[in-house]
Amino acid sequence: MEKLRLIAKGAEADLWLDPEWNGRRVLIKRRGEKRYRHPDLDRAIRRSRTIHEADIIHRAKGAGVPTPVLYQVDPSGATIIMQYVEGDKVRDIVSSLGNDERAELFRLIGVQAGRLHRSGIIHGDMTTSNMIRSEGTVVFVDFGLGELSSEAEKRGVDLHLMRRMLTSTHLEHADELFSAFEEGYRAVMVSDAEEALSRMREIERRGRYVERENRVDGHG
Amino acid sequence: MKVEAIDQLICLGIESTADNLGVGIASSDGTILANEASTYIPEEGGIHPREAARHHAAEIGNVLTAALRKAGIEAREIDFIAFSQGPGLGPCLRTGATAARALAAFLGVPLVGVNHCVAHIEIGRLATGAKDPLTLYVSGGNTIVSGFEAGRYRIFGETLDIAVGNCLDTFAREAGLPYPGGPAVEKLALEGETLISLPYIVKGMDLSFSGLLTAATQELRSGRWRLEDICFSLQEVSYAMLGEVTERALAHTKKGELLLTGGVAANKRLRSVIDSIAEEHGATPKFVPHGYATDNGAMIAWTGVLAYGSGVRTPIDSSYIDSRWRLDEVGVTWRS
Repeated sequence: MEKLRLIAKGAEADLWLDPEWNGRRVLIKRRGEKRYRHPDLDRAIRRSRTIHEADIIHRAKGAGVPTPVLYQVDPSGATIIMQYVEGDKVRDIVSSLGNDERAELFRLIGVQAGRLHRSGIIHGDMTTSNMIRSEGTVVFVDFGLGELSSEAEKRGVDLHLMRRMLTSTHLEHADELFSAFEEGYRAVMVSDAEEALSRMREIERRGRYVERENRVDGHG
Repeated sequence: MKVEAIDQLICLGIESTADNLGVGIASSDGTILANEASTYIPEEGGIHPREAARHHAAEIGNVLTAALRKAGIEAREIDFIAFSQGPGLGPCLRTGATAARALAAFLGVPLVGVNHCVAHIEIGRLATGAKDPLTLYVSGGNTIVSGFEAGRYRIFGETLDIAVGNCLDTFAREAGLPYPGGPAVEKLALEGETLISLPYIVKGMDLSFSGLLTAATQELRSGRWRLEDICFSLQEVSYAMLGEVTERALAHTKKGELLLTGGVAANKRLRSVIDSIAEEHGATPKFVPHGYATDNGAMIAWTGVLAYGSGVRTPIDSSYIDSRWRLDEVGVTWRS
């Protein structure tokens, strides 16, 4: 018999898997107390982050992006109980897919990223470990760093994180994967795509986000 | 610590990024021979860059002499000159750079341009014995969470507007507290009891303090609160923000040491935040000692030693100051 177990301990929250919460297999995300913060401030922060994350997960569905089903949101307990999404993390399956299948998957991921952005949602942590291939689609999870914004800068950062993650985790296929992603993203964002993509390139040049040894200028 | 008795190289470093003019002398075995300073204190308001530069120009001779005397060496024993090349206030940086060039030319020794932020990290490592820490660098001009990775001090989080020290100092001035503002706020905060709601702004890994300063100033003017409570709340909110970003970076990098450096490092409440986070993540907290926390010449001299040792030289014609020189633009050749 499977039991309630801790599956991840992050700086922001702990994740528990409960195999039989009211007969369902659920993920319990709890933002723990931070002893270094004043208790009132700590409560207020954990409360508002919990509400905010649930709100973004909900809005993403409206944008046409599959996200976990929310079963219970408890602001004062800083806890969200949501569907445990069965499937494979995209990160783990990239190398085992054929070329066409891989391109198709990343086109779809690009479409979904475009849908989020078009609806004013920034994911904030778009990595392949936060995407789960499940029943023919890709479910986006972990909106803990998500925010509501339609600024080109924010979109650019989101895209940049995606691209940087591809080069760090899937170097072999990075270019091919990003161009499939970009194709899907452009298909949804249409005339707004270029602004976000060129902002992404500018951010890379600016060198604000790691990978700085590749810069052409600079003092080094 | 040295096994072989080889001659030590001696570096004189000049720091003049903002209100502090510092001259430090370091030897290549990591001994700080001198760390002298003269601080510009504005008659009113904040640091006026031109006034501060004028102060530095007037004082540099005295501070240099004091440093040489303290170290017990003659000027001709100096092997090279390091100076703070940026980031910082243009007029102040230029004054220090001019003195450094003149001195290097006069003595016929090489010049080494040093990044001020790198220097705060390096003096922290030297003084605390930290090897590869995640660093929270907090001062009047900078607020940066960084760690060494692939040849550079990477920035994991930073302020998007003003530095946390600037936020505290400016508030202190608004409240009519004596200079320096940070310690005055800290002292009053000890008497605070009520947590006033103030904007807590963390955007991803970055921080913003300008909205917090504005809100705290408004609460001050409203006359609704005891000053002690506003100081208390201002500290609680700003240090919680720093704590959050620091903790996330520590969890991400899994570094075994957590170093607090820069002028705000003296704050006891912030130290307790760092202690708590370090303990939670099994890291060793490291606090830069008092004399090396605020801007100082020793950190420039020591970083000069490190840079020089890895082959860094700054010819006169590329010794322009760069008031926006970022920490993560520096190739940390001595650790690569």
